Amino acid sequence: MNAFTNGSPTSLLARDPSSDAHPAGPSDPARGRRWKRLAVGLAIGAPLVLGGCNFYPTYGASRGVTTQGQDTFKLYSGMMTTGIIIGGFVGILILYTVLRYRRRSDDMPKQFHESIPIEILYTAIPVFVVAVLFLFTVLTENNVDATVPNNARITTTGAPVLEVKITAFQWGWRFDYPNNNVSVSGEVTDGPGGLGPQMVLPVGETVQILLVSNDVIHGFYVRDFNFSRYALPGVQNRFDLNIIKPGLFPGQCTQICGLYHSEMLFTVKGVTPSDFATWTTSEIAAGHTLQRYPVPAANTPPPYTHVTPSNALAAPSAKKGSL
Amino acid sequence: MTTTVETPELIEPEEPGGPDGHGPSDHGHGGEHAEHGPTGLLKWLTSTDHKVIGKSYMITSLVTFFISGAMALVIRAQLANPTSSLVNFQTYNELFTMHGSLMLYLFAGPFAFGGLANYIVPLQVGAPDMAYPRLNALSYWLYLGGASMMTLSFVVAGGAASFGWVAYAPLSNSINSPGAGTDMWLMSLGLTGFSAIFTGVNLVATVFYLRAPGMTMFRIPIFSWNMLVTGILILIAFPVLFGAVVMLFCDRHFGTHIFSVQGGGVPVLWQHLFWFFGHPEVYILALPYFGIVTDIIPVFSRKPLFGYRGMVFATLSIAALSTGVWAHHMFTTGVVLLPFFSLLSYLIAIPTGIKFFNWVGTMWGGQLSFQTPMLFSIGFLFAFLMGGVTGVLLASPPVDFMTHDTYFVVAHFHQVLIGTTVFAGFAGFYFWYPKMFGRMLNERLGKIHFWLLFIGFWLTFIPQYIVGLKGMPRRVADYLTSNGWTGLNQLSTVGAMVIGVSFLFFLVNLVQSWRKPVLAGDNPWDGGGLEWFTSSPPPHHNFTHLPPIRSERPVWDYNHPEHRKDESHGDKRHREHEKETVGASS
Repeated sequence: MNAFTNGSPTSLLARDPSSDAHPAGPSDPARGRRWKRLAVGLAIGAPLVLGGCNFYPTYGASRGVTTQGQDTFKLYSGMMTTGIIIGGFVGILILYTVLRYRRRSDDMPKQFHESIPIEILYTAIPVFVVAVLFLFTVLTENNVDATVPNNARITTTGAPVLEVKITAFQWGWRFDYPNNNVSVSGEVTDGPGGLGPQMVLPVGETVQILLVSNDVIHGFYVRDFNFSRYALPGVQNRFDLNIIKPGLFPGQCTQICGLYHSEMLFTVKGVTPSDFATWTTSEIAAGHTLQRYPVPAANTPPPYTHVTPSNALAAPSAKKGSL
Repeated sequence: MTTTVETPELIEPEEPGGPDGHGPSDHGHGGEHAEHGPTGLLKWLTSTDHKVIGKSYMITSLVTFFISGAMALVIRAQLANPTSSLVNFQTYNELFTMHGSLMLYLFAGPFAFGGLANYIVPLQVGAPDMAYPRLNALSYWLYLGGASMMTLSFVVAGGAASFGWVAYAPLSNSINSPGAGTDMWLMSLGLTGFSAIFTGVNLVATVFYLRAPGMTMFRIPIFSWNMLVTGILILIAFPVLFGAVVMLFCDRHFGTHIFSVQGGGVPVLWQHLFWFFGHPEVYILALPYFGIVTDIIPVFSRKPLFGYRGMVFATLSIAALSTGVWAHHMFTTGVVLLPFFSLLSYLIAIPTGIKFFNWVGTMWGGQLSFQTPMLFSIGFLFAFLMGGVTGVLLASPPVDFMTHDTYFVVAHFHQVLIGTTVFAGFAGFYFWYPKMFGRMLNERLGKIHFWLLFIGFWLTFIPQYIVGLKGMPRRVADYLTSNGWTGLNQLSTVGAMVIGVSFLFFLVNLVQSWRKPVLAGDNPWDGGGLEWFTSSPPPHHNFTHLPPIRSERPVWDYNHPEHRKDESHGDKRHREHEKETVGASS
């Protein structure tokens, strides 16, 4: 639900306090002053808290390690602040009403049943809030979903574009680098540290992901990217990632895909472009090439061996980049 | 017979209450009325009385609720430790699938529109029964068949369905889910789906055609209004589900390729069909419970509902919007138009907000007393507030990208669904139990039930929001110690156990009300709806006589004539009605 707001969504862009309209609940004249005081307090206090601090509280989320993820994070943080203020206001209003009007006598209370101005007010303000939230949603969404043209090797500014094809299968991931002739693949808890196969990506470059599935629907999700996308059989999903700092980012399948859904881990490693070049060379030298592992025909899962539930997590093997 | 009504006067119901010899003079002291037809077990098996069927529905759905709740406790026990091996992966997948399926298909909906609505709506609109009593009985028996089939699918070879309650293709096809459990799951949806459709037809017809004289559309209590809208939504949504289920069944057994890529089908079509049912379904589950709370709060505030018409229009707009938001469950598929579904999803926040302020406005200036039904209603307000605010976040596609299929979403919909079906559902149960069985439930046990549930509820789901933001996906049977999710999961598990304990007090309460009955009387809460005018439990055809109906709480008007003048809806027509002649049945 949604009701009253203040300037927090505005602060997403401008980062400065605004003073939008402020709440007035269903009031009766005797309590009017109390309301006014609360409303004034919120009108002054909330933008100060929100606009005064030049940062976005995390509220438990990752700030994001991609430009897209950071955009999403800012939207999330702003919406969360709005939600806390609105939800907090309504929650306190309910609590106040419940405590203030608990039964103290057998007198019959005044039997009023409507107040058209107040009802219009609490319809109009949510319309305004929703309009603002939707505006910021569309702006962020356009950034997050923006992609360079399919198969483009450079961006409009001339920067290189790396294409990676991710194939999800029961139960593992295959990362193909068609421009670099590298292919990495692994099941469940394969890979470094038993965290699944590893996708190495250069920092500071545009990476275009082509996401497909070989069997059922899987969910590509990396917490630090603040992003997920289904790998749908029969559909080629494309999205761009611009990683901005090196590091190791765990990922996992999020869409139930059968028996070993829980074990379908992978990691993303962000490295500098020069380290990335070194890595591709060593992978080719190790034989992890597209020639050795030709791209399978659609809907034909790559060969793999089953693991049993008992040893799935207990005994992760340390092989990397092998099928 | 026509009378000029100056003082409240009783009118005969359209259909006399049967040959039980009760005249207007002994209203409200009905006690034992002569039952029609067989008694005992045969009555339960053969009755077409909406009250018997309603009770059958409620008992069956509560049984599935407890079975499904037990599954939830096993799930929470499994997740209390990383790399836990309490149950194996296959069993775990079956457990969360059946937990969701039982709760959503067999408990939440049937408890409301099969149980409470079946019992209460005819009483509230002043009808002797549902419009089609035999169809009503058929609904129940279809439901019982479907419920048994789904519950028993655990014992067939291959086990129960294990693809989540949404059964996304192609995981639910015959290659990935070959067992008979999946077919039983599908057939159960077919049976319970038709059960719901028939009940929807019945509710709509009852509210439109069987209202008592004077019960205009804008005097129907909000509970019955919401059930009418729910009935319409059922008629929109459930046929689509049935179509999808038949298609999937054909894919599995008759060689069609509707949802398989290999044969030129489209897997994501299943999601469109399922959620075209699934999102109205969310409101099919929620609206009845909004109605319960909207009926309870005025009674325990001793005031009329604030913004009655606003409430009706809010319900209608939620229902209308709910048919256009299905793809917000599919934002991360990459194949839906994001801004359209995002905007419509946001818009639902507006009527929902109106409802919140109307609830607060009803309590404002009242004399609130906190018997168990009111406590549960207030618990609902807080639970649904939290679930609603996080729901607004999820209406934003980018925020959905970052939280989709994580425990953030799990916590969100549990707060919404437990807020409605459990808090508001049990508010309604405590509220109408005296009417249905003629005896009170114990207040102290009820309050213990509430407080344990309330504490357990927050302890369970607040950690789930956080662990979801830390990246824990839903439907995983285990996780790594290095994920750092252990502590939060353990808190959540403790909370779930507290919820489990709270329901022991509910069961003790039920047993006690049968062993040491405290008689309820006709109107223990000073309620305003017509259901409080007849005896507890009501006689076979519900009413021997009715009070004049001039507002949405005719019984309150009747019992508090000195306050009746405040009852008009802001226009003078109602007062003029009092001068009009009230025509009784000829």
